[in-house]
Amino acid sequence: MSALRRYAPLLLLALLWEAAPRLHLVDPRSLPPMSEVAVAWWRLLISGDLATEGLSSLLNLLAGLLLGIVIGTALGVLMAWYRAIDDLVHPLIRALYPMPKSALIPVMMIWLGLGAASKIASIFIGCLLPVVLSAYNGARGVDRVLIWSARAAGASPREVLWEVVLPAAMPEILAGVRNALALSFILLVSSEFIIGQHGLGYLISFLGEGGAYDAMFAGVATVAAVGFLADRLYLLAMRKALLWRE
Amino acid sequence: MAGTEISFERVSHTYRPPRGRPVPALEEVSLAVREREFMALLGPSGCGKSTLLYLLGGFLPVEQGQISVGGVPVRGPGPDRGIVFQNFALFPWKTVRQNILYGLEKQRMPRAERERRAQEFVDLVHLGGFEDSYPSQLSGGMKQRVAIARTLAIDPAILLMDEPFGALDAQTRGLMHEELLSIMERRPKTVVFVTHDVREAVYLADRVAVMSARPGRIKEIVETGHEGRPGPEIVKSRAFAEKVDYLWDSVRKEALLAQAQKAGGA
Repeated sequence: MSALRRYAPLLLLALLWEAAPRLHLVDPRSLPPMSEVAVAWWRLLISGDLATEGLSSLLNLLAGLLLGIVIGTALGVLMAWYRAIDDLVHPLIRALYPMPKSALIPVMMIWLGLGAASKIASIFIGCLLPVVLSAYNGARGVDRVLIWSARAAGASPREVLWEVVLPAAMPEILAGVRNALALSFILLVSSEFIIGQHGLGYLISFLGEGGAYDAMFAGVATVAAVGFLADRLYLLAMRKALLWRE
Repeated sequence: MAGTEISFERVSHTYRPPRGRPVPALEEVSLAVREREFMALLGPSGCGKSTLLYLLGGFLPVEQGQISVGGVPVRGPGPDRGIVFQNFALFPWKTVRQNILYGLEKQRMPRAERERRAQEFVDLVHLGGFEDSYPSQLSGGMKQRVAIARTLAIDPAILLMDEPFGALDAQTRGLMHEELLSIMERRPKTVVFVTHDVREAVYLADRVAVMSARPGRIKEIVETGHEGRPGPEIVKSRAFAEKVDYLWDSVRKEALLAQAQKAGGA
């Protein structure tokens, strides 16, 4: 019952998607019925295009995201801990924060060429900020008595940083990583639109320009489904990692 | 090994909030705690008694005056001074066992000995069966027993306690008093115990130092006069009631002063 209630809006949307073009409420060329998109998706799958471009997208996404998580976490925690690093980095973060990161894609193209490096760099920069800020806030919010307890037990200041501050900040860091994950999809697809050559974003724009709208919609649906699935899986893993909070 | 007697000599401390005026928290506090003595610091909230404890722990820098342990000035935190906080300060991402093991790992104790010792202290505070629980799964009293076990496991010569039972209900607090006294009997230590609970101070301590309202000074020091370990029966004695009454009067004046300070926006 609750599952039905939760998925009812999606089901309704699917029905509308099928019915509207068939009843000519919308132009079937600009919105092909869902069943035709499904057929086009199957053809893309069998041809192997979906797997090839999907794999290229996935590898770039993971590379950019992982770089963003590792460097962002380290930077955020160090900023919270060392005044000098905070003074140096915080103004840069503040300046970069409101900027739409996709505007950097052409710049990356000039600097790093028309390949994977530009895409990975764009994703990395986009993911960096939410991770840095959440790590910074998480590390700043650590209760001082936790730090003192570790110090009284004989931990050095550096040990306190990695053994107390980092795990105490973990709930906030993981929430920041979730934002980074969503951003990474946006930057992945936009960089593939602009840079082209490979990836699901490239596939979508290529099919769209060629007028194969049913296949283009299949590409869009694939990206949406993968993004949704990634977020769900991430939430599951995050809950497991934070079981100690229950 | 050096002794564990503690001396505060003319210690002053100013609290500097990020915004607003500096607040003098302690003024020229001098106090000597004897080896293996149980000293209670009693005073109204905001009188600086916790600050005094944090200075002794080495968590805050000693700016004026000197604090020494066994004749050696305090320069930072160290495993010779274990501390138990009011809100437990357990590592919430570690289980009971992992919390107790942490300090033993820092002491570079060999693995097998570490495990054995952790179990010994789990048993000491009656938490067998909860070794793999996380702090969030425990009651307040159990959490504080873990915190005490974690601190005692590294065998500090000095035990600092910052209103350790203040967050517990009255029944649990009573049980914890008995538990603490029985542990102290088996493993005697020099204890500095901060509290605003007069009965608790008189019951547990050998001597009670009363602190004044802010800026904190030592107003007077009172011997409780227990012989040996206090038991529940002494609470009913006339001598106990008189000590409590006397200290109540002494603290009440300071508490009223502290309230007036607060009302005055200090």
